[in-house]
Amino acid sequence: MSSPKSGPQARPLSPFMLGQYYRFQLTSVLSFAHRITGLGLTLGTLLIAGWLIALASGPERYAAFATHLTAWYGQVLLFAWSWAFMYHLCNGIRHLVWDAGHALELDAAYRSGYIAVAASFVITAAIWVAAYLV
Amino acid sequence: MSLRSPLSRAKGLGSAKSGVHHFWMQRVSAVALVPLSLWFVFSVARLAGGDYAAVEHWVSAPSVAVVLILFLGATLYHSLLGVQTIVEDYVGHEGARIAVLLLSKFVHLAVAAATIFAVLKIALA
Repeated sequence: MSSPKSGPQARPLSPFMLGQYYRFQLTSVLSFAHRITGLGLTLGTLLIAGWLIALASGPERYAAFATHLTAWYGQVLLFAWSWAFMYHLCNGIRHLVWDAGHALELDAAYRSGYIAVAASFVITAAIWVAAYLV
Repeated sequence: MSLRSPLSRAKGLGSAKSGVHHFWMQRVSAVALVPLSLWFVFSVARLAGGDYAAVEHWVSAPSVAVVLILFLGATLYHSLLGVQTIVEDYVGHEGARIAVLLLSKFVHLAVAAATIFAVLKIALA
């Protein structure tokens, strides 16, 4: 019952239809993005763990860790991470509003989708302004 | 043909008032993470470029250490629930699904223990 192969026929399992039979729309793309950024943020917790463990291990270990964060690839990773974090946060608030039973109409779902994406970029920009200019 | 009534078949199956626990705790941790994650991200951004002493000084403040532990706990719990949702949706093979879910639980707990211990070590030093 739980395995797709145990029935009389092997039935296709989601997300088999992507790219073949399924037309993407903003709402579904943002839903996929919520899951993908969520998984990315799960990997990001390992980065937080590395940072805190390096900090707890003393100045030399911390300096070695910080070298990678301030290198170009570290900054690219941190920028991608900060946007994924803020996108998941903004779209997560959108989900909480839906869970409360509001803004479920199609036009409202599209409007809140555009707002979530725009807000994620605005807050990400604010983070990097706070990091470099304040 | 079964002589059992639909009611008798349904009894003892399905939710025993904990059916929405996963869903609800995902939302509870999400609500907690709205202020916690904004606090974390902007605090870390303001520490950017700071050396060891500045970051160590920040973590060692009792109020920061406590909120940081709350952030880590809520984040890893929320992450555990989210990974479970994705694995249950996309990993069809039962044995593989159970293995991945177990591994996810163990890794999340290990990361939670390691990060919280790191914060306590700095804060209580």
